[in-house]
Amino acid sequence: MNAASAMPTGDLSRGNPAADRAVRIAVKNLNFYYGSFHGLKNVNLNFYDRKVTALIGPSGCGKSTLLRCFNRIYSLYPEQRAEGEILLDGRNVLDSNVDLNELRSRIGMVFQKPTPFPMSIYDNVAFGLRLYEKLPKAELDVRVEESLRKSALWDEVKDKLRQPGTGLSGGQQQRLCIARTVAQKPEVILFDEPTSALDPISTGRIEELMEQLRDEFTIVIVTHNMQQAARISQYTAFMYLGELVEFGQTDKIFMNPNERKTQDYITGRFG
Amino acid sequence: MDATNPLVTTPSPLRASRVRPGRRVADRALRISCLVATVVGAVVLGSILLMLIVEGIRGLSPTLFTQPTPGPGSEGGGIANAILGSLVLTTIGIVVATPVGVMAGTYLAEYGRGSKLADIIRFLNDVLLSAPSILIGLFVYTLMVRPMGTYSGWAGGVALAIIAVPVIVRTTEDMLRLVPGTLREAGAALGAPPSKVITSVTWRAASSGIVTGIILALARIAGETAPLLFTALNNNSWFSPNLMGGVANLPVMIYQFALSPYPNWQGLAWAGALLITTTILALSIIARLVIKPQNAR
Repeated sequence: MNAASAMPTGDLSRGNPAADRAVRIAVKNLNFYYGSFHGLKNVNLNFYDRKVTALIGPSGCGKSTLLRCFNRIYSLYPEQRAEGEILLDGRNVLDSNVDLNELRSRIGMVFQKPTPFPMSIYDNVAFGLRLYEKLPKAELDVRVEESLRKSALWDEVKDKLRQPGTGLSGGQQQRLCIARTVAQKPEVILFDEPTSALDPISTGRIEELMEQLRDEFTIVIVTHNMQQAARISQYTAFMYLGELVEFGQTDKIFMNPNERKTQDYITGRFG
Repeated sequence: MDATNPLVTTPSPLRASRVRPGRRVADRALRISCLVATVVGAVVLGSILLMLIVEGIRGLSPTLFTQPTPGPGSEGGGIANAILGSLVLTTIGIVVATPVGVMAGTYLAEYGRGSKLADIIRFLNDVLLSAPSILIGLFVYTLMVRPMGTYSGWAGGVALAIIAVPVIVRTTEDMLRLVPGTLREAGAALGAPPSKVITSVTWRAASSGIVTGIILALARIAGETAPLLFTALNNNSWFSPNLMGGVANLPVMIYQFALSPYPNWQGLAWAGALLITTTILALSIIARLVIKPQNAR
């Protein structure tokens, strides 16, 4: 199979049940620019509903850039712009008349460095809820507890909900950020190297957490850690220098990739 | 030259002579001159404080806080009107300056990155920060005192506010810039509009720093004399609540009384100076205590 010219759009029609493969996000001809620097080149890719897709590749390949296009977080910076289409349930996210705040409540994001807000644990989780829903206190309590349980943090913090979120350990802070995101009941959750700043034990717990979450949410995770990608994702996309090189089921990518470059990266020849 | 550490060997005469003799002298000279400079500075500061404490305590009296300034040549009395006047003037100054300063600082840090207007504002702010306070007094004199036909506490408060604003703008902007960008992104990623991110996340994260800036501005204007000479001047009786006419205040009172030939007035001036100094010291300590937990993270 010729690598350079083919558009790897993840042709998985070979032996996959169609019912398994509803597309949640479709990326079409996406180009991204940091000022004059061409960061993403003509990316075409599908993300499947309630599956975990991992984006892997060497530093600077554009995987975080791609992730940050989905919730338009790059719009905070005037010199960054995207061209093309990103269809979320058919509607183009890159359209100029999209309500960014509403979009971001439907697509959540967890960052590399845990970012608890300077407020109590309760208020952290309730922050997103208070933005768009007018809930009575009792219901708010229920939603907060539900989110903390989903993030495997409830047992550790249920007695100290009023204490500042910044007082938690690194792993707990990251789970708090996940709880905060999950509370809004988004459709998609984006993870930008969520465990690279954490110790191995916390990393393991968050990976377990993601396995529980993937039944309910569509997850896209950027990771430098190939073992992590192999462990928790069902689909993997390998990117290099702003281009999508190969996309497919995780097992296939790691055991029998089509592209030479993918093979080289997986085996540690570069990156 | 360390008997307990086997890795450090005594330098052999051969090795020692590699170091130029001039280097050793220069090293010692620098160390000594730094020490001398420190001692000189400490001695100067120490003697100012010492004189202030000794003379100030001598001027203390039980009626210091309860009676207004006495007439020329008479005994007794206190500086209660000056203390009250100073409190009122600094309160007006800080109440006017804080919203203006914090909002302007927020604009510069949050909305004005890279904008030309923001750069100009920041530059003008720095100029105003170092402007001689007597100029500000003259400005407010022309703006308020002349048209109103009288000195007033309002003019004094406004003059102090103009001095406080650049301080607050600067510290607010600096503290907001210290808030990491990822925190703002996390707020935006939840769907919060920029105004909500600023008020609920960024301001909170920088709150102790911003408060410290306000306290430092307060300490600064508590002792300003020159602008008050042109605006609130002074008053030797209990003041009127509408703040029209001269308003007694500590700095101008000290100026008047210290230059007078009456020992009673001179004593009161020293007591007033001690009072201002301890207040500013207390404010600075409070400011440090406020910012400490912020930095401990």
